[in-house]
This record gives sequence, structure tokens and C-alpha cells, in this order.
Amino acid sequence: GTVGRVPERVKAGTMEKSRPLWDNPLQFVFACISYAVGLGNVWRFPYLCQMYGGGGFLIPYLIMLIAEGMPLLYLELAVGQRMRQGSIGAWKIISPYLCGVGVASVVVSFFLSMYYNVINAWAFWYLFHSFQDPLPWATCPLNSNRTGYEEECEKTSSTQYFWYRQTLNISPSLEASGSVQWEQALCLTLAWLVVYLCILRGTASTGKVVYVTASLPYCVLIIYLIRGLTLHGAVNGLIYMFTPKLEQLLNPKTWISAATQIFFSLGLGFGSLIAFASYNEPSNNCQRHAIIVSLINSTTSIFASIVTFSIYGFKATFNYESCINKVILLLLNAFDLEEGSLTADNLNEMKDYLMATYPLEYAQLVPQIKNCSLEAELDTAVQGTGLAFIVYSEAIKNMEVPQLYSVLYFFMLLMLGIGSMLGNTAAILTPLTDSRAIASRFPKEVISGVVCFVNCIIGLIFTMEAGNYWFDIFNDYAATLSLLLIVLVETIAVCYIYGIRRFEKDLYTMIGHKPNWYWKIMWAFVSPLLIISLFIFYLTDYILTGTLQYQAWDATQGQLVTKDYPGYALAVIGLLVAASTMCIPLGALVTFIRKRLKREQISTVA
Amino acid sequence: MLRALLLTLSVVAIAHAELCKPDAQNAFKVRISIKTALGDNAYVWDANEEYLFKAMVAFAMRRYSSKSTTQISNVLLCNVTDRVSFWFVVTDSSKNVTTVPGSEVEAAIRMNRNRINNAFLLSDKTLQFVKITTTLSPPVESSTPVWLIVFGVVLCLIVAGIVFLIISGIRKHKKKNKESTERENLEEKVEVTLENGIPCEALDIKAGHVNGVFAADDERFTSL
Repeated sequence: GTVGRVPERVKAGTMEKSRPLWDNPLQFVFACISYAVGLGNVWRFPYLCQMYGGGGFLIPYLIMLIAEGMPLLYLELAVGQRMRQGSIGAWKIISPYLCGVGVASVVVSFFLSMYYNVINAWAFWYLFHSFQDPLPWATCPLNSNRTGYEEECEKTSSTQYFWYRQTLNISPSLEASGSVQWEQALCLTLAWLVVYLCILRGTASTGKVVYVTASLPYCVLIIYLIRGLTLHGAVNGLIYMFTPKLEQLLNPKTWISAATQIFFSLGLGFGSLIAFASYNEPSNNCQRHAIIVSLINSTTSIFASIVTFSIYGFKATFNYESCINKVILLLLNAFDLEEGSLTADNLNEMKDYLMATYPLEYAQLVPQIKNCSLEAELDTAVQGTGLAFIVYSEAIKNMEVPQLYSVLYFFMLLMLGIGSMLGNTAAILTPLTDSRAIASRFPKEVISGVVCFVNCIIGLIFTMEAGNYWFDIFNDYAATLSLLLIVLVETIAVCYIYGIRRFEKDLYTMIGHKPNWYWKIMWAFVSPLLIISLFIFYLTDYILTGTLQYQAWDATQGQLVTKDYPGYALAVIGLLVAASTMCIPLGALVTFIRKRLKREQISTVA
Repeated sequence: MLRALLLTLSVVAIAHAELCKPDAQNAFKVRISIKTALGDNAYVWDANEEYLFKAMVAFAMRRYSSKSTTQISNVLLCNVTDRVSFWFVVTDSSKNVTTVPGSEVEAAIRMNRNRINNAFLLSDKTLQFVKITTTLSPPVESSTPVWLIVFGVVLCLIVAGIVFLIISGIRKHKKKNKESTERENLEEKVEVTLENGIPCEALDIKAGHVNGVFAADDERFTSL
């Protein structure tokens, strides 16, 4: 009869497109690892370790992992898997007033993808330049009359010159914008094309790509570990790193840095984890995966810092020995002593002897004789792009077969960066493809293409001469405060608005058992309190510091100098923070007004 | 006779001492670092090496000014230290007890620097003429920068991948659309035949197999 026919008609005419899924749970885990393990593990964690007590830093780090990292990661994955929507849809389901949280996540992800891909562009630039002998950052270029090296390169080192002058062509201040560097623009375009290729088909393509982007960095890290540990002087760096300076545990900044690092390292609050989890089977055991991903993320940080510190040790020892050799040469030439009479071992005694025998000549030389210290070399703590592109390339140029290690290293940086970009773009695209209004009109490929294109055009700002200063602004301010607020609202929403009992039941239906007391206590009390204290700390820090400052490269001196941000830069910073944080109250307000209007409409109709 | 000889010799010696001394006019200091350059294969700097040095400087002067008047005896060395470093001057044989201007010596050494270095198995850094700056050799540069070539290769691969994926996506989309429209058409035909109760076409085609009254009743009872 007709009854038999009706469902057939529905099925044939208006068949619902089923949500794309990961091919297997392994793809999901790899996607999360690929996203979470990023450049921060390589260039931020070793710096924090060095600044806040070496081996002792692991204590607050692991405590924060248990108190904050694992619970929040589990929360986001569970929300995504349960709601099976991107961040906007998921938070709308939890409470219609919370759609602003999803929008804030998308806005922050948008800001992040704008500037993050520039790092991949730089990695491409260095990668392409690694196919030369000698490496272009190994020697200074010659000056115009070929009697010596370029002045700027003489004052600083060849690796810094390559970074600041030949890669960035940096201007002396933020105000001097300069023009777009076409080489960097080309590399940025290529980086966006690569990202587009990986996200083109959604989970079908992303799922295959993450196998490579998640596993390849580990291969390279292992190679570097073996190479690093066998380098001359690596042990100095490792001893320096692992000697715990436990008095740093009393410094509150240590704990704050540990909490911040765990928080940002896992990539919470961007909506990427929710997006990834939404493509899961509903019965996926996200609890196990949350624990696995957070443990792998932290282990990778520690692993990467072992590699980084052996490289540090090598570079510091190399510079120390060069310094000593320079002093020896200076003394040999000044006093016409026989070659080989001055060595590193007898240098100090000979200096005293020379000071006693030729006091006048020695006094003239004193300003030129540097005090070489291994400690001072090791103490130069570097983080961020400086570590990745200057320190590492300096160490690489002194290795044997530097081209091979250079290619491996920058390829690894690329994998790490692209893996994180996949997560960022997923956070933007999933809500867009979820919304019927957009997804019904345009195919997935067009939406991804438009997002990549818009980001690429805006990203050209970072390829200008002052681009690196804008990069620093985005890096420091676009995501920090906003994310803390977003995750705080998320946790409170799930625990108190949605209700922790309802959430428990959802988890029970999904994975088959309720979360135990550890998870509930962390979600309800510990994590929100931690985030609130971090938030208060950062706010007071910003307020107390007064004007914000940045590091500008001074070509005449060959080093970084501190400058104040101009007014419009401060306005941009304010806009960045406001654009995302204001979405949360605005979303609630808009929903409230809409509901009011609908109620009025219904009441007038009735 | 002997006394005259001794006198001339001492005069010459004094003259030489006058001409060649540290910071004398037109004198240059040379610094040699054999151990740094050659390590275990280092030779000892002795009188023979000094002779070779004088010969090389004389050779350089001859090549530069292209008049074959400079002799090895015109090159004077003095103040040899353990470092190894010493001073040298080139005297002018035509004019008595004068030295060749420093600029000429400098230009001559510059022109033949490579030959002098190779004679001693040393380099610009290890055979150092203080005050004579060396022209550094520029690094080898190819006409097209290498990085552009690698960039071009990678770019072509990526664009090819994107185009391939897009085209295969469009093809799949078209195939799916065709399939779904075919399926829709088939079902529509089935529905049209059944839904219109007693279609004349059905009666015509199936000629009595479908009892139209029965079908109409069916519809009346189950319509919602």
C-alpha cells in the first residue's frame, strides 16, 4: 500500500548525506597527534625547560598534564564525538546561548591559520636552499669591493644574517612596512597549495596525509637523536639541561609556564579537536585516545628537548672552542710566539705569564681578549623562530654532510607545521560544511579553496619587510587570552549548564562506562580553577607591564633592540583579542533577542 | 784589500739593517702558520724556506713589472721569530740602497698571491701578508638560483595533485548525479504507474493484470 511506498519515496528523493568518517580509529589518533605535536614541542618546551629549572621543570609539567591536559582533552573529544558537529553546531546543541563559543573558536582558528602558514613558508625556503654546497647560511656574502664580508654579516653571524636579511629582509621597525618579498610570497602560496591539497577531500584525504605528518617527524627526531648524541660537546648540553635546579619550583612563573605550555601544546579551544572527533564512530573510545594523545604529546616534548639540548651543547662547545682559538691566535700574533705553544689547557697560565712579562703590550690587547665561557654560550636561551631557524641551522652547518641533515630537519619542521595546519583548517571548515546554508550551495572543494585563498591573500602581510613584527603580534596575542576564556566557558558549560550527570550518561552510551571520580573532579573544579588563575595572571601581567614592547632588528648594530609598539599596532592587538572574546557574550545576546522575537511573533499570531 | 772588502761588507750589512727592520718604509710583515695549515705534515721553517720565499717575491716582482732586474739578493728578510713571522723589503738594484715603493710590492704580491701560496702549500689565511688585504673569491653562483628549480618542481607536483583530485572529484560527482537521476526516473515511473490509481497506460500495458477497483480501494483505506 501507500504506507509501503512513502518511506521508499523519502529514501530515494531526499536521502541524507551520511557524515564522512575516519577509515579507522588509528587515523583519528594520528590526526590528533599530528595536530597536537607541532612546532611548540620543538621550539618552546626546550626553552621553558632551560629557563625554569632544567630537569626539575618536568615536575610541574607532569602535574599540569594530569590536572589540566588530559581532562580538558577528553572533554573536547567527547563533546565532538557526541554532538557529531563542528564547534559551532556542537555548542549550539549544548545550549543555544553558547553558539558564540563556537564562533569564537572559529575566529581564533582563522587568526591562527592566517599567520601559522608563514612558518611553513619559511621552512620551504630553508628546505629549498639546503640543496647547495656550501649551505648559503654557512658563509657571509662578500661586500662590494670583495675585500671582506658584508658589514651587517660581520657584526652578527652568518646564520643570523641569512635569517634576518636574506629570508625576512626585515625592516628596522614596525612602522617601516616595506614591500612584499616576492620570494616569501611564492613560498607562502606553495604552503597554502600544499594545505589545500591535503584538505581537498575532507577526511578522505586528511586521513591519509596524517599517517605521514604524524610519523615522519619521529623518524627525523630519532635520526637527530643518534646524530646529536654523537656530536662533540653534546654531553655538555645534556648535563646542563638535566641538572635540576629545584629552587625554580618556588618561582610561581614556573608553574604558570607549565600550565600554559600544556594548555597551548594540546591545541585546546580552537575547535580542531571537536572537528576531528565529530568524524568518529559514536562508539569510539575517546577516553583511551585522550590519554594516549596527551601522553604522546608530552613525551614528544621531552624527546625533542633531548635532541635540542644535545644540539645546543654541540653549538655551545663549538663556539666556545672557536672563541678560545681566536684568543690564542691573537696572543700568538701579538707576541710572535711559536705555534702550538698556546693551547686551550695552558691558556690561563700563559695569559698570566704574558701579563707579567710584557705588561704594556698586554694592557693594549686586553679590550680585544674575550673571556670565553662555556656556561655563557649554554645560557643563551632561545625560543621560537630564533631557535628553529637560527640556532639549529648554525649547528647544522658545522656537521658533516650538512645538506642531508638540513633537508631532514626542515622537512620535519614542514611536517609538524602542516599537521597543525590541517587541524586549524578543519576547525574552520567543519562548521562551514556543517551549516546547510553554505554546504548545499557550494561543494566542499570550493569552500576549502575559498578559505585557503582568503588566508593566503591576508598572509601576504607577513611577507612584507615588517612582516615578522606583525607575525610576533599575532603569535603572542591572537590566541592566548581568548583561548583561556573559551576553554573556561567550555568547561563550565559542560559541567554546569549541560550538567555533568547528563554528560556522564552520554559517555556511558558512547564508550560503555561512566567516567570515574578523577575525571569529574578535574572537570568540575580543578581545571576551571587553574584556567581562572592563568587568566588572572596574564591580565595582571599585561596591565602591570604598561606599554607593550617588541624586539626589532637593528642592522647597524647587528642585534635585536627593544622598541615600543606604535598606537595602531596596539589597536590591532586589542581588536584581535576583542574579536574572539566578544563573540561569546554577543552570541548569547543574539540568541536571546531571537528567542524574544520568536516568542512575540508566536504570541501575536496566537 | 781585505780591509776594503770588510768595510764594504759592513756598509752593505748596515745598509741592509737600515732598510729591513720592523715598521721600516716599504717593509711588509709576513705571518706564517704552517702547523695550522698542514697539521702533522708540517715542515720546519728554515733557511731553505726563506730562500724559496725570497725567490717567490723576486718572481712576483719580475712578473709584475716585466723587467727582469729583480734578483733574489734584492729581497731582504729580517726579524724572523718563532711564530713564524718576519719582515721583508725589496731593494732596487738600479738605484743604490733604496727600496721599491710599497705600492708596487703590494700590487705584485696581489697579482701572484695564488702562486706564492701554492709554493708553500698554504692559503691566504695561513700565509698572511699583514697590510695586504686579499680579494676573497666569491661563492659559486649558478645563473638560476637552485632554490627556484626545486621550488618549481615541488610546485608542479602539488598543482598536478590538486588538479587530479579536483577532476576525479567532479567525475565522481557527475557519476553520482547520473546514477541518482536514473534511479529517480525509474522510481518515478513505478510510482506514476501505481499512484495514479487506474492508469490507462497500465491497463493498456498489463491488460487485466491489475484490478483497478482493488487498487483504488486500497488507496482509500490507507491514505493518511
